[in-house]
Amino acid sequence: MTFVTTPMTDQAAADMPAAKAAALPVAAGERELRLDLFRGMALWLIFIDHLPPNILTWFTIRNYGFSDATEIFIFISGYTAAFVYSRTMLDRGFVVASARIFKRVWQIYVAHVFLFTIYLAEISYIATRFENPLYAEEMGILDFLKQPDVTIVQALLLKFRPVNMDVLPLYIVLMIFLPLIIWLMQRKADIALALSVLLYALTWEFDWYLPAYPNGFWAFNPFAWQLLFVFGAWCALGGARRMARILSSRITLWLCIAYLVFAFCVTLTWHVPQLNVFMPRWLESWMYPINKTDLDVLRFVHFLALAAITVRVLPSDWPGLKSPWLRPVIRCGQHSLEIFCLGVFLAFAGHFILAEVSGGAWMHFFISVAGIVIMSAAAWLFSWYKTEVSKGDKRTKSADADADLAGGGS
Amino acid sequence: MRVLLVAWIVAGTLIGSSARAEEGAGCAVPGYLLATENALPKVAEAVKSYKRLSILVVGSGSSALAGSDGTNASYPARLEAALRETFTGVTVSVRTDLRPKKTAAEAAESFGPMMEKLPQDQKPDLVVWQTGTVDAIRSVDPDDFRAALDSGVGALQKSGSDVLLMNLQYNPRMETMLSVGPYNDTIRVVAQDHQIPMFDRFSIMRHWNDVGDFDLFGSAHGYGMAKRVHDCIGRSLSALVVEASRLNPAELRIQR
Repeated sequence: MTFVTTPMTDQAAADMPAAKAAALPVAAGERELRLDLFRGMALWLIFIDHLPPNILTWFTIRNYGFSDATEIFIFISGYTAAFVYSRTMLDRGFVVASARIFKRVWQIYVAHVFLFTIYLAEISYIATRFENPLYAEEMGILDFLKQPDVTIVQALLLKFRPVNMDVLPLYIVLMIFLPLIIWLMQRKADIALALSVLLYALTWEFDWYLPAYPNGFWAFNPFAWQLLFVFGAWCALGGARRMARILSSRITLWLCIAYLVFAFCVTLTWHVPQLNVFMPRWLESWMYPINKTDLDVLRFVHFLALAAITVRVLPSDWPGLKSPWLRPVIRCGQHSLEIFCLGVFLAFAGHFILAEVSGGAWMHFFISVAGIVIMSAAAWLFSWYKTEVSKGDKRTKSADADADLAGGGS
Repeated sequence: MRVLLVAWIVAGTLIGSSARAEEGAGCAVPGYLLATENALPKVAEAVKSYKRLSILVVGSGSSALAGSDGTNASYPARLEAALRETFTGVTVSVRTDLRPKKTAAEAAESFGPMMEKLPQDQKPDLVVWQTGTVDAIRSVDPDDFRAALDSGVGALQKSGSDVLLMNLQYNPRMETMLSVGPYNDTIRVVAQDHQIPMFDRFSIMRHWNDVGDFDLFGSAHGYGMAKRVHDCIGRSLSALVVEASRLNPAELRIQR
């Protein structure tokens, strides 16, 4: 496959400011390729994590610490969304910015419903064809298929969300509140962040959650996960610049490294159970279970440590960001909504192929790699299309570029 | 020095391969999955002093197999057979008291009355509690699940039995539907908290699938494979019970 350099990415690259280590883009036209890079990487990792475990699974960060790709994805989404729409809010006012955000919400919602349709087809197939007496009990989870009317309505209400399809509903809820978040952020950024932390704390204290259908709760609790999203927004609207001193201090660096090493050692005991004897019991009972639903503090801090070190090690003017080798990842990050949906679909398809055609380690590996290639090719196609369209209509260009940064077409 | 090393390796391989051969049916389990730092003192006492061992399996649907000879083929019966083979001269009885479609909380509630109702001579020395599947299907809040496990294990221990927890099945085909991770994690934590052994059915079955003993991913399988899997689970579970009892079956035989 060849990666054609499109005029647009070239231009975006040329617009990059010269030297800014931990600081962030402020003026219009600047593009943080690091954000695209890591969001693209998160999308690849989410795809790999959704497939049955294989060799590539060992490259995903969840095996080396507490947090995983979801944290990266939500943080960067908060960052880019706040960055893009706050500019709209300044230029055009609250109402227009909100309208744009809600249009985006609608797109995400439609994408979610589309994925649900594919999911429904997959499990209906399994329900009718999969007969293994060993799993008679587990098949009980398919009982909801007996009531397709209720199930479909509940899915449209975002209450029925299959495993692996939890991220988009979370994203939808967070985006709905984005106008308010930005509005407050532009006035009193620190109060917005403080409120977010307060909501997070209250959620933990009072065990707030959103119910799901047929029972249970949302796998990603929006009351807790909003913290990452709002924190991303806060960083985008000047927080990161104010933190630059803390970020560049040696103490922060060593604290982060120490915490990452600690997290790595703990995760090591999950993969090598023989090491479990070295885990003190008090630590285990204090630490476990590490709650993903409510964004455990251990996970949040792990993400912060990773981010702090990344910002330090990888300056925004790092020449590698323009290397053709990283372009596929960066492009995936630039079209995150489309690529995310494609990834979920490819994971379903991969499951299907593994089950119906053949399993085996090589097939697993092949499917993972093929999926990533397809995602990259699709991202290239989207970039190409967007460039062609904007050539035809120069006036829409700025809006297009905005939506592009926010992670998808407008 | 080098000769010694080579001798060591050769001896190790021989011992290893003979142990493997004993396992039979091609479902060996790596040692670390059957090692536990938590002991089963009641089991040890029953076997040593009374020469009789009574085990009760409480669980949900995945502790049983359907079909005419399902009861004999399911893992509780296979556990009984394997333990009888190991502890020769000991009267081993494994009974089941299953609660299909019941969550851990619902099962835990019934443990107190169930144990009270049993006559003194039928009190089990060990209760194997297989749980989590129904909770995963209904996506019960992991915190509630943990509380249920705590109270259930507590009730069983209070009535004077050893307890062993068993986690969910490995089910690659339904990974996109059933989120088992939080429930397996919770079971592990509760077992550690109460210092009781846990039978890691999930990892063991995944190991069998990975090394190719069983293809748990495929879509169509008859009862044959289900039976063989249950036989292997029964034997591995028996190995864990023996390991956690800290008894040496060979010694027991000599005493006899």
